[in-house]
Amino acid sequence: METKDIVIIGGGSAGMAAAVAAYDKGIRDILVLERGNFLGGILNQCIHNGFGLNAFKEELTGPEFFYRFEEEMEKRGIAYELETNVTSITPDKKITYLNRSGCKEVQAKAIIMAAGCYERNAGAIGIPGDRPAGVITAGQAQLYLNEYGYLVGKKVFILGSGDIGLIMARRMTLEGAKVLGVAELCPYSNGLNRNIQQCLIDFGIPLYLSHTVTKVIGKSHLEAIEISQVDENKRPIKGTEQRFEVDTLLLSIGLIPNNDLLNKMGIPQSRSRGSVVNEHLETSIDGVFSCGNVLHVHDLADYVVDEGKTAGESAADYLQGNLPRHKETLKTVAGNGIGYVVPGEIDMENAPEKIAFKFRVRVPSKNVYIQYDFDGEVVKRIYKQTIIPSEMEIDRLPKSLFKKKQGTITVSLIAKEEAK
Amino acid sequence: MSIMEDIIVIGGGVIGAFIARNLSRYQLSVLVIEKQNDVGDVTSMANSAIVHSGYDPLPGTKKARFNVEGNAMFDEVCKDLDVEFDRCGSMTIATSEAQIETLRSLKERADQNHVPTELLSGEEARKLEKNLTPDCVGALLCPTAGVINPFNLVAHCFENALDNGVKLRLGEEVLGIEDKGESFLVKTSKGEYEAKAVVNAAGVKSEEIAKMMDPISWSIHARKGEYYVLDHYQEGFVNHVLFPLPSEKGKGILVTKTTSNNYLVGPSSEFVDDKDDLSTDVPTLSDVKRQASLLVPNIPFYEQIRVFAGLRATPSTHDFIIEPSPNHPRFINVAGIESPGLASSPAIGKYVVEELIGKILPLVEKPDYKKAVRPYYHPAKMSVEERDALIKSNPDFGEIVCNCEKVSVGEIKDILSRSVPCRTIKAVKKRTRAGFGKCQGGFCQPKVLLLLSEYFGVSPLDVLYDRDGSNILMEVSK
Repeated sequence: METKDIVIIGGGSAGMAAAVAAYDKGIRDILVLERGNFLGGILNQCIHNGFGLNAFKEELTGPEFFYRFEEEMEKRGIAYELETNVTSITPDKKITYLNRSGCKEVQAKAIIMAAGCYERNAGAIGIPGDRPAGVITAGQAQLYLNEYGYLVGKKVFILGSGDIGLIMARRMTLEGAKVLGVAELCPYSNGLNRNIQQCLIDFGIPLYLSHTVTKVIGKSHLEAIEISQVDENKRPIKGTEQRFEVDTLLLSIGLIPNNDLLNKMGIPQSRSRGSVVNEHLETSIDGVFSCGNVLHVHDLADYVVDEGKTAGESAADYLQGNLPRHKETLKTVAGNGIGYVVPGEIDMENAPEKIAFKFRVRVPSKNVYIQYDFDGEVVKRIYKQTIIPSEMEIDRLPKSLFKKKQGTITVSLIAKEEAK
Repeated sequence: MSIMEDIIVIGGGVIGAFIARNLSRYQLSVLVIEKQNDVGDVTSMANSAIVHSGYDPLPGTKKARFNVEGNAMFDEVCKDLDVEFDRCGSMTIATSEAQIETLRSLKERADQNHVPTELLSGEEARKLEKNLTPDCVGALLCPTAGVINPFNLVAHCFENALDNGVKLRLGEEVLGIEDKGESFLVKTSKGEYEAKAVVNAAGVKSEEIAKMMDPISWSIHARKGEYYVLDHYQEGFVNHVLFPLPSEKGKGILVTKTTSNNYLVGPSSEFVDDKDDLSTDVPTLSDVKRQASLLVPNIPFYEQIRVFAGLRATPSTHDFIIEPSPNHPRFINVAGIESPGLASSPAIGKYVVEELIGKILPLVEKPDYKKAVRPYYHPAKMSVEERDALIKSNPDFGEIVCNCEKVSVGEIKDILSRSVPCRTIKAVKKRTRAGFGKCQGGFCQPKVLLLLSEYFGVSPLDVLYDRDGSNILMEVSK
């Protein structure tokens, strides 16, 4: 069987950044497997700008952004295969994959999972009513429009204020569609502020906060929807129904890590729905790493790239014998107000001087502290004037805060008054 | 002037499928007329996908007879038709001492129906099903029950019938039937057809079809069942079909695996006036969730990938109606085939043809009748070497369309080349599972749409999801 030092699953921003970083640490035998017919992953359909503000201090479109990494890949001559699908991975890192030239098995010494995420859809939330054509995820409508050149409808309503939905509200308006509104279940928006401004407010598209779709109407194609206001428990309030005659309902209700392959290897899952990883992004299986949206859904592609880089460097460290696994680790726990925390484990003997904690809060909050407890003792509080679920938080804390090799770090959100 | 057929079968569901397949053995000209754009597109595609053992229908009923006979036929049927079938067994769960008594009486009923069963203690049941409720104090194990791929059962059954000469008209609604003495004239939304005999297998609409011929003493009511589908996240979460005790509302909310290792939770049971109402609603589904949790407490509903509703064709007679129309011996009603209809379907098909049609038309066997379909490709079950060889012989098998369910272009083109038309995105989904996974077609639907457009030489704008008017795309972008 053929062997490879590193096989990277996914040739999007995370996978490419990982490949380049591993190469720059001296690994040459790298193979990137990408299912699409181009490198770049989902950014191929993200033709809007706003990418790269952090990484390059420039505003780039999705394709411009990932092309910078593609060039770095080409410069180094890193091998990749397109239109290639991984069907299984064994716990001893045998990867079975196929494409039009055949099906084969390759023995990887290290694996970096960078397979991205997929959209939560009508089925996952069980939208009440009929199930006609015309109810479609925002990303799928984007794919039809930006890659295939077709518009899915002309009278549109959007459920969920996730960024893809906001981007599509503007995009479809520019294509001549009428977007009648966006309903958001939460009492706050789940998209980036700049997208609320540039995609809704600038086009006069109303945002209905604390509203959801309570009925889909149409036996073969969507004819209308009914939205209702919801109470504080997110339950629809009778009597607040409003009907909109639309041919399209776009869903922008969240993204989910596409982590089947690692789940099926028996690797524990985090609350992010990605795998549990340590500070080097290594999973419970030696030499198997995870990064990008398959690990946890990011807000900005720039951060995906950073994480890919860490995974690539870690895999190189692992192959070069510099990442021995120790039995004793710290565990992290998402406490009050926190959705999830990455990493799930910290190997103190390997950890760098500063440890990055990534997480999202559950609800928008003002004047709060993010509190780090270590085995019940407060070791750090970080003040946040505002903190919102749509933005991923990164706190970089000195390793010296945690003076033991075993224990539990709890990250929680506390009100300023409570902190006193 | 229409061509005279020997028999017209109205309805392209699982009952129509087995009647057509049984008819195709004989030297008869047969036409099947189906209103939807695909076969098996109403009740046959939205059900629990279970081949019941036959332990609970009342002894002596048609339900009991055909369920038990049908159940025994599935091994051979599924081998011939290349359909996934898993005789995984069912367990009916008791959660109180009083319910144990009911289990005992169910076992007696099973004995009368000649269905093998075994009474288990709560401990024995939990040994077989680790996620079962701790409240389980006993269970009735029925080893002959199974789960089946209902989509392919209907499609492959029709394929076999069509390969043996049966004709199929999709997307045609029967609007009227006229008795012309020696024959019947069947008028549809698209034309007129004449036949010496007619079989009404129109599912929830069989009452309306029957009334076109004679006044009838029975009626068919649509009884809706709503379900959750969970992803195939963990093999062995449940291994059997798990039922609560049956009630007058039916077999109750069950938890089962499917042949694709998904899990199915449901169905509810409510009569609806609109025989086309497939909508779901929150209160009903919440109740399904609550009741299912009484059987299996920790169902990971975050793995939910879809909800759906199906309609049972519930007869006022409480039993299957399989008989000639009162004043027309050559017009046969096969109506009210609610649960255990799927399990009964092969036996009903055989009975209708051999016992009822055999009395009105001569059944002369075709010398060249083929009982099996052309084998299907099952790349996922192949070794790496076998799959590699398949791809080398046809690279389309190396091009994955659906990432969740790992369906290749090769498998889709194979389906499109078969005798049963497969022209909609949903038809492709039902045959191949492309779009059945956790992303629900988010990534693969455009690829399937373009494959259909290319294969049939139609504009992408004209490709349908399912019914007429269910176009996915509206216009070419600017």
